[in-house]
Amino acid sequence: MSSDAMAIRTAEAAGHSWLEVLHGWVTTVDHKRLGIMYIGYALIFLIVAGFEAIIIRIQLVRPHYDFISPQVFNRMFTMHGTTMIFFVAMPILFGFANYLVPLMVGARDMAFPRLNAFSFWLSAFGGLLLYFSFLGGSGLYGAGNAPDVGWWAYAPLTAPAFSPGHSSDYWTIAVMVSGFGSIGTCINIIATILCMRCPGMTLNRMPLLVWLNLVMGGMVLITISPLTAAQVMLLVDRFLGGHFFDTQAGGSAAIWMHFFWIFGHPEVYVLIIPCFAFMSEIVPVFSRKPIFGYPVMVGATVCIGFVSMSVWAHHMFTIGMSSYSNAFFTITSMIVGVPTGIKIFNWLGTMWGGKLILKTPMLYCIGFLFQFLIAGLTGIMLATAPFDWQLGNSYFVVAHFHYVIVGGILFALFAAFYYWYPKITGRMLSETLGKWHFWLFVIGFHLTFDGMHIPGLLGMPRRIYTYEAGRGWEIWNLLSTIGAFIQGIATVIFVWNLIISYFKGAKAGNDPWDAWTLEWSTSSPPPAYNFATIPVVASRRPLWDLKHPEDPDSQYE
Amino acid sequence: MSAITTPLASTPGTWTLPYRGKVAMACLIIAESAIFTIFVVAYIFYTGKSLSGPMPRDVLEVPIFYTICLLSSSITVHFASRFLEHGKRGGFLALWFLTIMLGGLFLFGTGQEWHRLIYEHGLTISTNLFGTTYYSLVGLHAFHVTVGLIMLLIVLLFGLAGRLGREHTARVEVLSLYWHFVDAVWVVVFTVVYILGR
Amino acid sequence: MANRDNTEWIVVAGRAAGIFVLLTGILLAAGLCTASPRIANPVPNIFNPLSTPADTISHLSRFVLIICGLIFAVVFTLLTYAIVKFRSSAASADREPAQVYGSTQIELAWTVIPILIVVVLFLATARVIHAIQDAPRPAAAVEVTAIGHQFWWEFRYPGLGVVTANELHIPVSDPAHPTPTFVKLLSADTDHSFWVPQLAGKTDLIPNHPNEMWMEPHRTGLFLGQCAQYCGTQHAKMLLRVSVDSQEEFAAWIRAQKQPANQDEKEIAGRRIFETTACVNCHAVGGTVGTGRFGPDLTHLMSRQTIAAGAADNTDENLRLWIQNPDAIKPGSLMPAMQLSNADKDALVSYLETLK
Repeated sequence: MSSDAMAIRTAEAAGHSWLEVLHGWVTTVDHKRLGIMYIGYALIFLIVAGFEAIIIRIQLVRPHYDFISPQVFNRMFTMHGTTMIFFVAMPILFGFANYLVPLMVGARDMAFPRLNAFSFWLSAFGGLLLYFSFLGGSGLYGAGNAPDVGWWAYAPLTAPAFSPGHSSDYWTIAVMVSGFGSIGTCINIIATILCMRCPGMTLNRMPLLVWLNLVMGGMVLITISPLTAAQVMLLVDRFLGGHFFDTQAGGSAAIWMHFFWIFGHPEVYVLIIPCFAFMSEIVPVFSRKPIFGYPVMVGATVCIGFVSMSVWAHHMFTIGMSSYSNAFFTITSMIVGVPTGIKIFNWLGTMWGGKLILKTPMLYCIGFLFQFLIAGLTGIMLATAPFDWQLGNSYFVVAHFHYVIVGGILFALFAAFYYWYPKITGRMLSETLGKWHFWLFVIGFHLTFDGMHIPGLLGMPRRIYTYEAGRGWEIWNLLSTIGAFIQGIATVIFVWNLIISYFKGAKAGNDPWDAWTLEWSTSSPPPAYNFATIPVVASRRPLWDLKHPEDPDSQYE
Repeated sequence: MSAITTPLASTPGTWTLPYRGKVAMACLIIAESAIFTIFVVAYIFYTGKSLSGPMPRDVLEVPIFYTICLLSSSITVHFASRFLEHGKRGGFLALWFLTIMLGGLFLFGTGQEWHRLIYEHGLTISTNLFGTTYYSLVGLHAFHVTVGLIMLLIVLLFGLAGRLGREHTARVEVLSLYWHFVDAVWVVVFTVVYILGR
Repeated sequence: MANRDNTEWIVVAGRAAGIFVLLTGILLAAGLCTASPRIANPVPNIFNPLSTPADTISHLSRFVLIICGLIFAVVFTLLTYAIVKFRSSAASADREPAQVYGSTQIELAWTVIPILIVVVLFLATARVIHAIQDAPRPAAAVEVTAIGHQFWWEFRYPGLGVVTANELHIPVSDPAHPTPTFVKLLSADTDHSFWVPQLAGKTDLIPNHPNEMWMEPHRTGLFLGQCAQYCGTQHAKMLLRVSVDSQEEFAAWIRAQKQPANQDEKEIAGRRIFETTACVNCHAVGGTVGTGRFGPDLTHLMSRQTIAAGAADNTDENLRLWIQNPDAIKPGSLMPAMQLSNADKDALVSYLETLK
């Protein structure tokens, strides 16, 4: 640890009450602290939404089970989905972006630190507002009801006639407010990347994590806005008597679907692209080789960004669009698989001929590769519209997207945790606990989600609080429930690792992984000002150049 | 060791990156454009689909005068920043004030039109699809004009207090960029509502 | 940073185990075929299609599955090989491997090949989309209008003058003289979706947005399905029973459904209760003052095997329970508890049981 950082630490520790410490965190505009707050906030909601999932799985463990009422079940799956997307995945990825982007571009902070703090608190408020609905959102059946309209909140189920009370309003306003926070954060990310790079870091020399967060930021601007617009329209309908989605007055239920999925599909790319970023930083370091095909990786991501805006109605293949529309969305949905596949091949190419260090971050990356491959292939199946006419809205889709989100996004996030925790805290996470976490989670994940594809093939729709016996669905539901508990246990081990390693973990030093990007050149944790002097770079891997002055990257780029 | 201090290349001769205020405003404009696009799409989609009630051609009057007001305010705000760039505070304040007046006049015109629509024709946001989409789209734009006017007013107050100089040109230009955006949106809304949609 | 424990083998083995569970499961389900035709098809398996559109989809789906399976096998093998072959060993611990930045030819190869695969898949898919969605309607087609409600199905046969609920009867289709059933899909409230996997892909019922789907069953039998678009509290129990009848059976069923309601003089008390309480606000029975359309038409209630859209069997006990306390069978359904005295309830149920 540097003497500067040590001096600051000592000054902080000397005579500061817990109230002052708390005040420091609440009023901070430091990107690192905001990043940690985003991540901590998301982890809390991960546990909450995880409990909601466990409740769902218990209810579905056998046919006609009576663990919870249908009303509670419908609230559970609505809250589980809404929480996971908006209050776990988005904040945790923004948290990592917030922490890493300024460090990786050699800046002292984000472009707009106060906007950064404001965006965080907006998003945080959204989550609290959503959960306040359990106490305050009177729905159809009395006081205190969370929204139960599904995380897509389809019209006209959300019309005042079918969702009286305020539960749907909690969904609408909470998500809308956090959407403003997301837009603010992404404006910040883009401005930081375009305007605050250290000397020498041309766009061509930025780490891939920075590039991919730039693409993600741009996508958020165009993608969250349609949802915000649709939610404003819904509020006009619910509060001012408007008719945007009022089918009795000539309004259209389908137009909500279009607006929602114009947000909803690019949104899942918004979630996965930062995870591609983690892969692109971690796999090279643990293969001891640079990323294979840097320009292609950038190009493929930009491609994905654009093409993903044209695929949305593959979520609507069953609503009765014309055969031409269905064919169009089939081809675009297949095309978006091409650059995505290219990225998988490039990671494979990075590993090929390398020297693979199979520590926990790399184990998670390998898990990601296999699982994301499967997820992508089931996605291609769903992209073929006629296959989707059978599989859509069934448990096959549930299995597919959990394969992407848990098998892909969450695994990449775990890799990122194990990789950057030393930088953030100055301590290594326990490798032993990490391996326990990994293997238990892999077993639980596959137990839950592999077999889940099958009830979909056998006719089980989603969002049902119970099901009929004798349709061949029972065994797969039972296995899924067992796997959920195992994943829960694995998550507890992970959280325990996070806590215990903070106090007892091995000291990390600046660069425990022998990596190549700028964040590893400063202390762990970095001082508040990040770098004593702003770095100057001449290649994509400035630390490689420093460690191998006889063979620097700058010679080859 | 707290920082990398041994660059392998000398600091590049010139290292200038875009001004972050402009980049941020451009991003905001992109996001807002997406929101407006959705409202415009809804407006166009629902044209002619109202089941009852007053139709656009029965009740809409093309607001030529107020449109000219708003669009000329783009010209005044542009030249106001030019004056500030050259240190001409008086000219800047005059044109800035004129911009606010023109914008305020536009809002007044919108209010007048809504008053007429509500009280003379009985068209409200809940009357029919036309009412819903019209008030939402025009209202969303008017809201953005209002926010813009408040920001312009704040800058005017700073200017009157003598605290603005040519070193603030870049920031003033960021705000005028927003104002140009608001005007550009009006061009689209005007075309869709008063020309195409009737 | 060498790592020579058995992790790498375990990684591969664990991956392989997990993946093969999935593959086996999918192939198992795909190959799942009932050995011999049965009357009831309790497992609504999309790979056991018994109607033309479901058949067409099934063939395309198997093709897509095979291609995806091949892609998976290739990439899985390469990944596994890479992990095993290039794991670091103690010997190579201090030397960095060759720093390769990329290769244009390889990038081209793994761009062009996927594009070609996409083209093939798309062409196969576009044909099927067109074949199913733009299928011509023969003159002998049976026409049904399905109206989705929270949480039951209304079926009308406009050409045949029949109105029923929840259990659909359609004729089997002879390839020589096809008699497919074309269903127009409407909704009275929120979104629903008509899904009977062995007969066709699902199509949604959306208010103010009429849709159409068709079935052309090859075999008689009872086929199961249910609503596949979340429509509210009791979405889970909005079940479907489609009875594919022979031509004669279908004609007989139509004839029976067109009969006026049974007017049994012994049940006049029960009928009076039906006509003078709130029942008639929602339900219709031919020949009575009941013309309500909010709930199912009860004219031929006893011709159905289930009540409450499949939530319970159509028995005396369940009828009583449904009228007394619907929440016991389907909590959150829109049927109110009728608060009848026991005597009234007995008379009413007795009357309902004459509505064959």
